[in-house]
Amino acid sequence: MSFYQSHWVLTFLIFAPLVGAAFCLLVSVERAKWVALVTGLVEFVVAAPIFYYFQTASGNCSVTSPFGQTHPLPLFHNCVAAPWIPGWGIYYRLGLDGISLFMVLLTAFLLPLTVLGSWTYIQSRQKSYYAMLLALTTGVIGVFVSLDMFLFYIFWEMMLIPMYFLIGVWGGKERIYAAVKFFIYTTAGSLLMLVGILYLHLRYQVAYPGAGPTFSYFDLLHTPLSPTEQWFLFAAFAIAFCIKVPVFPFHTWLPAAHTQAPTAGSVVLAGVLLKMGTYGLLRFALPLFPLAAVDHRTVMLFMVLGLIGIIYTAMVAAVQPNSKRLVAYTSVAHLGFAILGIFAFNLQGIQGALILMIAHGVSTPMLFFLLGMLYERRHTYELEDFGGLAASIPIFAVMLVFAAFASIGLPGTSGFVSEFLVLIGTFRVHPWVALIGATGVIFAAYYMLPMVQKVIFNALKKPANRGIPDLNAREIAVLVPLVVVILWIGVFPQPFLQRMEPAVNHLVEQLQTAKSATASVALSAPASAPSHR
Amino acid sequence: MILAFQEALQTTGAELGAHGGFRPTLLGLIVLLPLLGFVVNGAAAVVAAIRSRPAPRSLAGHEHPSEEAGHAEGDEAHPADIAEHEEHEEHGHAHGPKPWTHVLPSFVAPGVLFLAFIIAVVNLFGMLHAHLVAPVVQTYWSWLPVGDFQIPAALMLDQLSMVMVLIITGVGSLIHLYSVGYMKDDPGYPRYMACLNLFVFFMLVLVLGASYPLMFVGWEGVGLCSYLLIGFWFSDKANADAGYKAFIVNRVGDVGFLVAMFMLFANLGTLTFPGVFDAARTALPYGGAVVTAATLFLFLGATGKSAQIPLYIWLPDAMAGPTPVSALIHAATMVTAGVYMIVRSSALFAMAPVSSLVVALVGTLTALFAATIGTKQWDIKKVLAYSTVSQLGFMVAAVGMGAYVAGIFHLMTHAFFKACLFLCAGAVIHAMHEALHATHSDADAQDMRNMGGLRRFLPITFVTMGISTLAISGIPPFAGFFSKDEIIGAAWTGMEGASPLSAASLWGVSGATWMAIFGVLLSIAAFLTAFYMGRLMVYTFFGPNRTGEVERRHLHEVGWTMTVPLVVLAALATVGGLLNVEGEVPVVRWFDFGQGAALERWLHPVLAGAEDVYAAHTVAAEPVHAAWPILLAIAIGVAGLLAAWFALRPARLRAAGEEPDYTNDLGRLLYHKWYIDEIYGALVVRPVRVLANAFYSVVDRGTIDGIVDDVFGYGSVVVGLVTGRIQSGQLNTYAFMIVLGVLAVLGAFLVY
Repeated sequence: MSFYQSHWVLTFLIFAPLVGAAFCLLVSVERAKWVALVTGLVEFVVAAPIFYYFQTASGNCSVTSPFGQTHPLPLFHNCVAAPWIPGWGIYYRLGLDGISLFMVLLTAFLLPLTVLGSWTYIQSRQKSYYAMLLALTTGVIGVFVSLDMFLFYIFWEMMLIPMYFLIGVWGGKERIYAAVKFFIYTTAGSLLMLVGILYLHLRYQVAYPGAGPTFSYFDLLHTPLSPTEQWFLFAAFAIAFCIKVPVFPFHTWLPAAHTQAPTAGSVVLAGVLLKMGTYGLLRFALPLFPLAAVDHRTVMLFMVLGLIGIIYTAMVAAVQPNSKRLVAYTSVAHLGFAILGIFAFNLQGIQGALILMIAHGVSTPMLFFLLGMLYERRHTYELEDFGGLAASIPIFAVMLVFAAFASIGLPGTSGFVSEFLVLIGTFRVHPWVALIGATGVIFAAYYMLPMVQKVIFNALKKPANRGIPDLNAREIAVLVPLVVVILWIGVFPQPFLQRMEPAVNHLVEQLQTAKSATASVALSAPASAPSHR
Repeated sequence: MILAFQEALQTTGAELGAHGGFRPTLLGLIVLLPLLGFVVNGAAAVVAAIRSRPAPRSLAGHEHPSEEAGHAEGDEAHPADIAEHEEHEEHGHAHGPKPWTHVLPSFVAPGVLFLAFIIAVVNLFGMLHAHLVAPVVQTYWSWLPVGDFQIPAALMLDQLSMVMVLIITGVGSLIHLYSVGYMKDDPGYPRYMACLNLFVFFMLVLVLGASYPLMFVGWEGVGLCSYLLIGFWFSDKANADAGYKAFIVNRVGDVGFLVAMFMLFANLGTLTFPGVFDAARTALPYGGAVVTAATLFLFLGATGKSAQIPLYIWLPDAMAGPTPVSALIHAATMVTAGVYMIVRSSALFAMAPVSSLVVALVGTLTALFAATIGTKQWDIKKVLAYSTVSQLGFMVAAVGMGAYVAGIFHLMTHAFFKACLFLCAGAVIHAMHEALHATHSDADAQDMRNMGGLRRFLPITFVTMGISTLAISGIPPFAGFFSKDEIIGAAWTGMEGASPLSAASLWGVSGATWMAIFGVLLSIAAFLTAFYMGRLMVYTFFGPNRTGEVERRHLHEVGWTMTVPLVVLAALATVGGLLNVEGEVPVVRWFDFGQGAALERWLHPVLAGAEDVYAAHTVAAEPVHAAWPILLAIAIGVAGLLAAWFALRPARLRAAGEEPDYTNDLGRLLYHKWYIDEIYGALVVRPVRVLANAFYSVVDRGTIDGIVDDVFGYGSVVVGLVTGRIQSGQLNTYAFMIVLGVLAVLGAFLVY
């Protein structure tokens, strides 16, 4: 088996940043960023071919149940199941499918850009900064490829620590408040999830005494659970993931964390950390507890929370005087669409949500990069300090206009593809929700365009804004890859869609089966809607 | 990625369906050429912008700061179009050889448009030759393939899109050429041309896209370009605000478009044009709730783009952009997208008589309402802006009444005469600016009260604008007469029961009665149109000149790049009406459209779906061709112009300083545009702002963060302090805890 057919590519992607982090600490201060850059580039160069090698629905994985039967797993690729703490049923179990594929690629794609984006931004404690940035990547990739729930939890918690330090050490004035808030919020959710994982683990053992202990995702999928158990476990997992997304009303850690984090921290936070929440819903919360997930009360709750996210946070974003805080709130608004798409339980909705996770993972980082570049020149994020910058830094202005319109989902950019699919999927099952959600496109313009105007348009009055240098080659090199991906997904999303379709299809089938199992419960789908897959 | 592209091309096939031996020639190139122009001009724009960056203040010690601010790029508030480049001229920037960034766009921007126009004409002849009936769809790649939702990236060429492409590239070429003269000295000239090319690209996607989502790509794309071009002189906050307003108001309409697409897909399972129109016929009941709702939502989209009540408010503000932009985007092409969309969806609107009547009603009210405002504006561009809103109302009324050909006909003639009017206004403003600039007068160059007698100084502009005024006022034989007469005529025949909608009803009132109301209101609007256009001409070109002695010497006609488009457009405004006249029109006959009115025959295949629906579900009387509507229309036009002449008495006009803005309450109401902007501000803009602030301070900071920080945050500290005491380090306490724990576990086992 070649590198790209085996688990070694995933193992490499997890541990290469950790090795790079160790080197960062060992080398001299001036070399630390070079080590980080090389690590980042290697990470990306190694990860990129997965996109090519990932042939849909032809995974060569199989799973052996505790009873000794072996089942093929056509949806998963690059699997491994090596014993780690076999006595407790904990395995080093990895795998990649259409849902995790793009999260891994996105993480690897953003890593070299974040290093390059921090190049001059970070002036203090560079060695440990880059070590943290790399260690963070290890945790994030681990989360996306772990199929052992204990291992998943380890990576989930592991990623918290570097992020905590990134905000707390290299952040802005209120960095300690923001870092602690971030940590406590997330940990509170994580602990709930840990309880859930342990319960599942024990419940499986009780149900199948002969099977031996297991944390395998594939085993736990078959845990027999009563509806009540499903409810509580779903709640435990969903709260953990909703805090991460974040879903209203668990979102207030995000503006604080974003505003205080250094640019690269915000980029990773918006780019991939938030996606761990939606990924967790898709990978764990929905398939493990389908009865609770498809219950119409759950669905309506999430639809309402998604709508609140879309409209309420967009309005809150519009009144922010701080540009970074504004963009932070827009993340909540964007991911509200993802929530709608996920809980539409159909192909368009969930694929739209997955595309949205990628789209938001490039357009919002682009905005954070741009604001960071501006901060390096002006040492402020306050909108009132800018104005008329299109005259003094035109390349920056062009990039900002592009990023803003990508963020508000102009057709031709990735944002449109994602929101359109989400809404069309949602409309098939909950027309009113989609109708209200569609007004989000107005609010997106309502918060984003005044920000653009206050930064680059209007009169160039402030003397400090006149002589500042335009973007340099390094900064342009950070932004151009993001532009390319935004346009690629906007114009030709098929390569993305076709790679995720089999996995999403499988998930949709699972959920629809659960839905027909609870068919006695009145569903809110209108009679006129055609049947969904 | 390249592999994936090839893969996609193979799976979808490069070409679907060749009809009647007709294969479009280089169809994709029509769309791509403007995009290419955008790329080239965009590169030039970036280079130019970098070169003209303002110096840091510390380095500019030799110049007076306030003066310096004046001629750095886009640095000063300019209420009018050309002040910018004049600043530069005076300060020596425009002298000497121009940098390549200001030369290249002059050739590239109009060049790509002209090439695209040539290709379009070649295709027109191909279609005529092949007697094309069915639309030709060319598929390039699979754009949005998700399960049963399949949207290919495909272009569709049919008679309707051909008309639109000819208008866009033809009138577009002329306006690009005009722009070379009008904008070449502006420091942002390459940026301007790049945006203009990008606009044409999106506009062509809008009319050539083979599905609703692809149409939406163009729909929002033109909105982006409109935003960028309205706020082209971005250093003036008012301009940037106007661009923002345009975009956000349009987005309100776009929600309607989106929801309509969702409804159509949920009910029909497809969003490609042929698919939707085929499926709708069988899947949706005539006059049913779904088709009515979907068409009303589509129409909401149209009210945004085509500036109808209640979303027209952005268009007058859009005049903040350069005047050629007003001509191309905000008169001839983009704002007609809503009309195009309704005609494109005619098969759906025909199935929804209620929606159609609503469309016609909104169009009629808009036509009348905007015309009333137009009679009391002093800014020459504002008059034309409200005139555009009003004329779009005529078109929308036409397509609402099922007179689709009349709507497209008026769209076309309007593109000629309104583009000409705007470009003439641009020439007038250009001349006025130079004159006022000579004495550093701060008089408003766009205020018609400051003009007067310009016919002696700008003869070509006077003649071409005069022709266009006659055209828009509905004076035969100019183009607007025929198209507007067809619209009002449709109302009159509908009144007599000869329209498919005559038998329909809205709010308990029969279609025939509505048609009578539309006919009367549109006739009043037509009278007002003639009146305000006559007023515009009188104030601008007649009577004594109201600029000063010195200024007068600087008034002169504009250069050839600007007069040639004026002359061509005026010629089209003169003869364009012949394209849809019953009978044998000499030149039009060469094109072999067949018998009868050329445009009607040409568009017939596009409207066949709607006609089938009408034939199956409605009974309409045979239209009676009476002479009185035509005579009435002529009388109204002449009366309006004469009323303006005699009411104003050119010799007595006074300049802005002396002539009051309004003299009575009605005048005040109209001058302030019925206070609609203020009403919207009070009812929508401010409440949303207040709500947003309340959300942030009360809910987000107050409630949620209050609970999180105070209850959980502070609470955890308290809990930590309390529980911390348990860890006292005393072994006996720990032992006690262990015993408690063991008991609890044992108890649990006992219970379960």
